[in-house]
Amino acid sequence: MTAFGDLVDAVIIGAGVVGCAMARRFSLEGASVVVLERAPDILSGASKANSAILHTGFDAPPGSTELQCMQSGYDEYMQIRESFNLPILETGAMVAAWDDSEEGRLPELLDQALLNGVADARLLGRAEVLAREPALGTHVRAALLVPREIIIDPWSAPLAYAMQAKALGARFQFNARLLSARFDGDLWHLETPTGTLTARSVINSAGIQGDSVERMLLGEAQFEIRPRKGQFVVFDKAAARHLRTILLPVPTARTKGVVLTRTIFGNLLVGPTAEEQEERERPDVTRPELDMLIAKAVELVPALAQAQVTAVYAGLRPASEEKHYRVHCLPEKGYFCAGGIRSTGLTAALGIARHVHGLWAQSRTVGGERSAAPPTFLLPNLAEHLPRDWQTPGHDGIVCHCEMVTGREIEAALGSPLPPGDFGGLRRRTRCAMGRCQGFNCLARLASLTEGRLSVPIAPEVDP
Amino acid sequence: MSAETYDVAIVGGGPAGLSAAIELKRRGVAKVALFERGTEVGGIPRHCGHPPFGMREFGRILTGKAYARRLAGAAVAAGVTILAKYTVVHTGPDGLLTVASPAGIQAIQAARILIATGARETTRAQLLVPGVRPLGVMNTAALQAFVYQEGRIPFRRPVIVGSELVSLSAILTCRSHGILPVAMVETEHEVQARPAFFALPRVLGVPVLAGAQVLAIEGSPRVTSVRLRLADGKETVLDCDGLIFSGRFVPEAALAEASALALDLGTGGPVIDEHGRSSDPSIFAAGNMVHPIETAGHCWDEGRRVARVIAAELANGRDAEPDKTLGRRIIAGARLKYVVPQRLTLEGRGTVPALNIRAIGAAHGRLILSDGSGTVLRTQSVNTAPQKPIRFSLAGLNLAVDSSDLQLRLEPRP
Repeated sequence: MTAFGDLVDAVIIGAGVVGCAMARRFSLEGASVVVLERAPDILSGASKANSAILHTGFDAPPGSTELQCMQSGYDEYMQIRESFNLPILETGAMVAAWDDSEEGRLPELLDQALLNGVADARLLGRAEVLAREPALGTHVRAALLVPREIIIDPWSAPLAYAMQAKALGARFQFNARLLSARFDGDLWHLETPTGTLTARSVINSAGIQGDSVERMLLGEAQFEIRPRKGQFVVFDKAAARHLRTILLPVPTARTKGVVLTRTIFGNLLVGPTAEEQEERERPDVTRPELDMLIAKAVELVPALAQAQVTAVYAGLRPASEEKHYRVHCLPEKGYFCAGGIRSTGLTAALGIARHVHGLWAQSRTVGGERSAAPPTFLLPNLAEHLPRDWQTPGHDGIVCHCEMVTGREIEAALGSPLPPGDFGGLRRRTRCAMGRCQGFNCLARLASLTEGRLSVPIAPEVDP
Repeated sequence: MSAETYDVAIVGGGPAGLSAAIELKRRGVAKVALFERGTEVGGIPRHCGHPPFGMREFGRILTGKAYARRLAGAAVAAGVTILAKYTVVHTGPDGLLTVASPAGIQAIQAARILIATGARETTRAQLLVPGVRPLGVMNTAALQAFVYQEGRIPFRRPVIVGSELVSLSAILTCRSHGILPVAMVETEHEVQARPAFFALPRVLGVPVLAGAQVLAIEGSPRVTSVRLRLADGKETVLDCDGLIFSGRFVPEAALAEASALALDLGTGGPVIDEHGRSSDPSIFAAGNMVHPIETAGHCWDEGRRVARVIAAELANGRDAEPDKTLGRRIIAGARLKYVVPQRLTLEGRGTVPALNIRAIGAAHGRLILSDGSGTVLRTQSVNTAPQKPIRFSLAGLNLAVDSSDLQLRLEPRP
């Protein structure tokens, strides 16, 4: 355990999925760690808005850091997931071709998959595709099946990484924006709203502000974040029966394109858009793009014309001026950067953390004591297909009826070692108010249950 | 585990479910259980601290809160088994229910099931309203739960989106708690409640902006403003600290969907006949789940009527007949949002006083009911504002015994 004001081995800037994985890896390897997060909770930037797929890397650039991190991240997730009770939904994915030119590209995608070591990928003819997914539009032509693409809980996984880091002594500081930084030739001195931190090294996992953080630390940045907005539409649970397999488009040079997939929570999700923009702080949803996503979903699965919308959201992905990850370091300054993690971060996070820790360890003469028996703990299951708390006797009643969240689960989240800082954090930890009524029934009750326990309260004012 | 058995299991403790339960007991049905997923029965009126409720039921004007208490008290007095914090997760076939409660999951067996799960307002997400997603955006019912149940003030200067009766309820709720609505915004060009009611916002100094569009919700972590395009095409920004999305009710039909009942695209709720029977012969439906949305009094009356049908079926000692057809389909034509019931049987004629119809927008012209061969059975002239209930009387109508579809269409006035 480190006390505030102590010299720490590493300050990690940004508690998105990459920062959480980084905190875990460094803590496991015996480093003392502080995580600085400007928002009130983990996963408050790009990490809260993704498509929740664990990718095999079948279409990643061969030989890239991205591919290597995705595959080691995938493997590590599968190794550790049971010790944290992290769910998977084994759906497989199909890259579906809808016209001649797309169909013509499938063989090269298969070659790339095989080259990337995804040996079980194979082509399906139209009849096989429709046999697997009868609700697809009948104009589908063929598909590349990638059986090991799966769906995970995109919020419980990073929460588990952060909680393990915390159990190993990592300190998380929220509402803690980096104000200024100075390197004295040996140590970093970082100004935050609550005081100065002294650290041997700094890990930049600041996501959408990755380049500005690098500029603040080094005076200049060797990459530039080009925010890419991704909007999503979540359909009601009744829609999920129409599709089992993740449906991917044939990728373009720029983006993986619009995905139609189940979520582990029992909904169907369509998105993301890929909108280049300057704005970094305002992930707004816009009507033409939402309409486009819904139309796209209906084009792929015509029965979705009757589907109800449950939620819409947008995230700003930290793309950069180049397509690849911006992982680099200045060992002599103790500076390490995992930037430009624009779309595969959920899959790659554990791998990125391992990779960056490797770079960091090489630069050090004395290593930390590796944790012999790292603490693990079971996270509450939020996956629809696995047993939930409401099915277990002894809870004190259901608070959120759409997502079947019990009062006991709300209380457990609020009382956990890494409690939510805001309502979004509580939603991600429990699924409360995430369902079809969006809080029509439970919002007011949740305001009372969380009174005094969120740094950003739902509704602070009590009627005099 | 052997299933606990009841004569009738009612799902949902709002006005329809409560009145059905009371009526069943009054008619001598022995074991009536009412399952309510919340902590108490009473339904939406519980959230309404203002009148008028209860004229038809109790012959006097009550607040929603007092009305809900009174109805709940009557159910207890009648001997209804009220099970709060019980969520029915699945119903049917053959009257089997799966129920979750703090005691865990259990099976319930009932001779008949009545689903009366009500309706909810359309959310900001369902309306695909643009902008960011700050705290302070909610439906009217959530606002009312804040002030009436939790004693909390979620905002001080909200903008109300919608202009139905429930939007006026939102204004009353605000004004009685020191909340001053900045404006009422309606995306249609006419306000949706009867124009006479709209003296209210004007008297209270709340500007009504009809034909306006929400371009973006702004603010983080809380709402700070909303950007609008007004009817004249000009853009404006209203500073506010909250948004109330009021009305545009949709049925709370997840249970009906999960139970594989035939659904009506117009209402979003289950298809029923004039007795409240669904496509599953052991399952009935009543209240705002079958017609979003009517007053509490209407739902109360409907619950009572369906209860009489159920009581009569049980008194005849009949098992639910699995091959029972739902009777003749009524196809709602263009310009009509829905018609309830969607099916007409020939037995026990007169139990439904009228077809319950909503037009898409305002309706001016003639409603025409015809049979499969095009023969006009009945016409009725209509002249109504948008959202206003239209009743089409069936009194004395003689329907032929065949299975062809009936057509209902709106012929606009030239």
